[in-house]
Amino acid sequence: MADASPIFSVVLWTLTLLVIASGVLVVTLSNLFRAALSLGLVLLGVAGLFVLLEAEFLAFVQVLIYVGAILTLVVFAIMLTARIHQSPRPQPRSWAGPALLSTALFVVLATLIRTLAPCLPAPGSEGQAGLMPAPSAVTLPQLGQELVTTLILPFEVIGLVFVAVMVGAIAVAASRAPSASAE
Amino acid sequence: MTSGSVTHLLLVSSALFSIGIFGVLTRRNAIAILLAIELILNAAALNFVVFGRLMGSVQAQAFTLFIIALAACEAAVGLAIVLALSRTARTVWTDQMNLLKG
Repeated sequence: MADASPIFSVVLWTLTLLVIASGVLVVTLSNLFRAALSLGLVLLGVAGLFVLLEAEFLAFVQVLIYVGAILTLVVFAIMLTARIHQSPRPQPRSWAGPALLSTALFVVLATLIRTLAPCLPAPGSEGQAGLMPAPSAVTLPQLGQELVTTLILPFEVIGLVFVAVMVGAIAVAASRAPSASAE
Repeated sequence: MTSGSVTHLLLVSSALFSIGIFGVLTRRNAIAILLAIELILNAAALNFVVFGRLMGSVQAQAFTLFIIALAACEAAVGLAIVLALSRTARTVWTDQMNLLKG
């Protein structure tokens, strides 16, 4: 990764601004549909950051599953409940407390990161007694090997979870037939 | 990958996490809360990928895949519950969801 190049930092800052700005839009827009579309922008921005981090497969999965599947699901849910959104909405919750809390959380996290950053291994810096050679990016065959050898149990469990989720979601969301509800 | 960009990406991820927490605390619509939770999950996934790149770890990417898979599961079940609630309780506002209240 040629990250000393100015192009890298320009892309990094553009993606950062995109992610943060549309993230704020997601939690502040009162129109839910627009909030969902901003979430799509956030997800695309994070996918771009994955590409910057040389995790191309994850970026692909992110776009395919998050933007392709989850966002579609959310938009469908918003449209299916659209009539209820028109119902008199309750008083919006006060923003002061949560804003204070989340800002404080961010300040704490940022301070921690800034304080601990020198302790991070700096890959590619030969000054550190050669302890940490610059790790190369993870390749897709490596990832596949890992998933079917070391991580085979979580991999299978995720498959089981998928089946349970599909059955459960259909069972919960399926509309009852009139005869079934009369029992 | 300089340590400067690592710090930058970690800050982005913690900002995303804080925004998500803010959304969960302020939103009253169940679907909007789900959107904020997706933000939080994405912040966690970004952190995994950053540290995985830093350490050259394969398992970090594998667990990011698991995070994305579980986020999909969570969205499917959550939206199914929201649809069922909107049908039976006629509401999407979390304050009015009191079917289980004794």
